[in-house]
Amino acid sequence: MSIANTAHSVVEPSRNTRRLAGSLVVLYAVITMIPLVWIVLTSFKSPDDAISYPPKVFFTPSLEGFCNLFTTRSRQTPEFIRTLGPPQGLCDDIARSRNMVVAGPSNYVPRFVNSLIIAFGSTVLAVALGTLSAYGFSRFRVPLKDDLLFFILSTRMMPPIAVAIPIYLMYRTIGLSDTRLGMILLYTSVNVSLAVWLLKGFIDEIPREYEEAAMIDGYTRFQAFVKVVLPQATTGIAATAIFCLIFAWNEYAFAVLLTSGNAQTAPPFIPIIIGEGGQDWPAVAAGTTLFLVPIVVFTVLLRKHLLRGITFGAVRK
Amino acid sequence: MNDLSASSRITYGAVPLQPGLVRRVRGLSDKALAWLFITPTIVLLLAINIFPLVWTIYLSFTNYRANRSNAPVKWLGIDWYQTILTDPDIWAAMQVTAHFVFWTVVIETVLGFGLAFLIDKKFRGHGMWTTIILLPMMLSPAVVGNFWTFLYQPQIGLFNYVVAFVTGRSASSFQMLGDVTLSPWAIVIVDAWMWTPYVMLICLAGLRSIPDYIYEAAEVDRASKWRQFWSITLPMALPFIMLAVLFRGIENFKMFDMVNLLTGGGPGSTTEVASITLKRAAFESWRTGYSSAFAIILFVTVFGLANIYVKALNRVKSR
Repeated sequence: MSIANTAHSVVEPSRNTRRLAGSLVVLYAVITMIPLVWIVLTSFKSPDDAISYPPKVFFTPSLEGFCNLFTTRSRQTPEFIRTLGPPQGLCDDIARSRNMVVAGPSNYVPRFVNSLIIAFGSTVLAVALGTLSAYGFSRFRVPLKDDLLFFILSTRMMPPIAVAIPIYLMYRTIGLSDTRLGMILLYTSVNVSLAVWLLKGFIDEIPREYEEAAMIDGYTRFQAFVKVVLPQATTGIAATAIFCLIFAWNEYAFAVLLTSGNAQTAPPFIPIIIGEGGQDWPAVAAGTTLFLVPIVVFTVLLRKHLLRGITFGAVRK
Repeated sequence: MNDLSASSRITYGAVPLQPGLVRRVRGLSDKALAWLFITPTIVLLLAINIFPLVWTIYLSFTNYRANRSNAPVKWLGIDWYQTILTDPDIWAAMQVTAHFVFWTVVIETVLGFGLAFLIDKKFRGHGMWTTIILLPMMLSPAVVGNFWTFLYQPQIGLFNYVVAFVTGRSASSFQMLGDVTLSPWAIVIVDAWMWTPYVMLICLAGLRSIPDYIYEAAEVDRASKWRQFWSITLPMALPFIMLAVLFRGIENFKMFDMVNLLTGGGPGSTTEVASITLKRAAFESWRTGYSSAFAIILFVTVFGLANIYVKALNRVKSR
C-alpha cells in the first residue's frame, strides 16, 4: 500500500502530484496574466502597431502612447509646421511626424493628482476613525455592540448607485458637488466600515494584559491606548490603510456620477481618452499602466493580509 | 511569560505623555472614552449613509425630479413601487442580473476551488504563483473593464484573435460586445477573470484549516483519495466556499463599473444589470422618485438575501 512505500508523512502529496498541480497552476497564472501583459505592451506601441492584425507581439517600442497621454495636440498643415522652430522635446518631435503640434498638457496629471489626494485623504480619515472605533468595540462594553457593528457593515451592502442618488442631491444643496472634500468624505464613509471590522480583528489579538499592566504602572486608559496598543497594532493599521487606499484608488461608480472636472479621479478619465477617430489605445494603455503600477506594488506588500482584508476580517490566517 | 516581558517594557517607557489633548482626555472614564472613540464613526455613517438612505425612502414616495428641483413635489404614496414591480423592463433587468450573478458565482467557485485545491499541494514556488494569480482582483474594475473592450474588438482584439486561432473561425465573424447572445457571456468572462482569485484565496484558507490528522486517520482506515475528498475536504471547506459565494453574490448583484464600461448595458438592454437600469433612470432620464424606489427595492433584496444566506452559513459552521 502507499503507506508502506512512502518515506514521508502519509498526507504529503507525492512528487508527481505536486508537479501536475504546479504545472496546472502555472498554466492558469500565465493565461490570466496575458491581458495585463497586453496592456503594458500596448502602451509602448505606436497607434498602427496597436491595431494591427494579427496582433503584434514583437514591435519597435514607441513612447507615442505616453506622449499622447500627457499632451493635447492640434493638427496643422506641413507648411505651418515648417515655419516653427526645432521640436521641443521628444513628444513634440513625435507629434510633428504626424503633422501635429503639442498644444498643451492633457488632463491626465491633474486627474492622477486628484486620485492621490482623495485616496490618501480618505484613507487617513477612515483609518483614524476606524482605529478609535475598533479599540472602543474591542475593549469596552458598548450597549448594542453587535447591532452597531452589523450596522457599520451593512452600510457597505448598499449598491453604490442607490447611495449616489441622495448624495448627489445632498452635495448639490450644501455645495460639495465635484469637490475633493466631498469625495474624501464619501470614500471615508465607505472605507470606515472596512477599517472598523479589520482593525477590531487586529486589536482583539493584542492581549488586554498589556494595557492593564501599563495602567497599573500609572498610565491612564488613553495613554495605554496611545503608548501600548497603537505600537502593537502598527502592522494591522498599515494593512488596513493599504486596503482603504486601494478601494479609493480603484473606485469608479461614485467618481463618474458625482465628479465632472475639478475633483474627477483617474478611473472615470482613462476610458474617455480619445484620439482622432476613436479611442487612442496606446494612450489608454499608457494611462492604465501608470494607474495600475502602484496597486501591483501594494498587492505584493499586502499578500500576507489579503485574505483578512477581502473578507472584512471574517477569515484570518 | 508574555505578560512579564510586556510589563517590563512598559515600565521603561513610563514617562508622562505630552500635555494638550491627552490631559483633557486623561480624566475620562472608560465609558466616556468608549463613546468618544465610537461616536465620530457613527456620526459620519449617519450623515453620509443613513441620512441619504432616509432621504431616498422619502423621495421614493414622491414625483421629485432632480433636474427640475423647483417644481412642486407631490406625494405619490407607493405608486412607484407598484409601477416597478409590474414593469417588464425591470424584470428583464433582474433576469440579466440573475444570469450574471449565477454564472459568475458558479464559474468562480469551480475554478477558484480547483485552483486552491492545486495550490494546497504545496508545489515549489506556490507562494509566488499565488501572488501572481491574485493580481487581477486588486485592480480597478473600471480601468481593467475598459481595457477589455480593446481585447474584445472584433478585428484587432487579442481575445478574438485567440478564439479565431483556436477554433478556425474568422476573427471578425463575431462581436463579443455587440452580439445579443455573446455579450452577456463577455461580461461573465471578465468578471470570472477578475474574481476567481478571490474565491481561490478564501477556499485556500478553508483547505489549510483542515488538520492533517484527519487525513492520517482516513489513510489508516484505508479510505480512497476520492472518498477523502468527498467526506473530509469538501465538507470541511464548505463554510469557506459559502462565505466566498456570499461575498461574490452581493458584490455582483450590485455590479456597475465593469459592465458600464464594457457594454454600458447594451446591445439594447441585453447586459443591462440592475445597477445600470438604476443609473439610467436616475442620471439619464432623471426620474428621481422612480429610481429612489428601485434603489430601495434593490437594497432590501440584497439585505434580505444576505441575511438568509448568513443564517445558512452559520448553520453549516456550527455543524
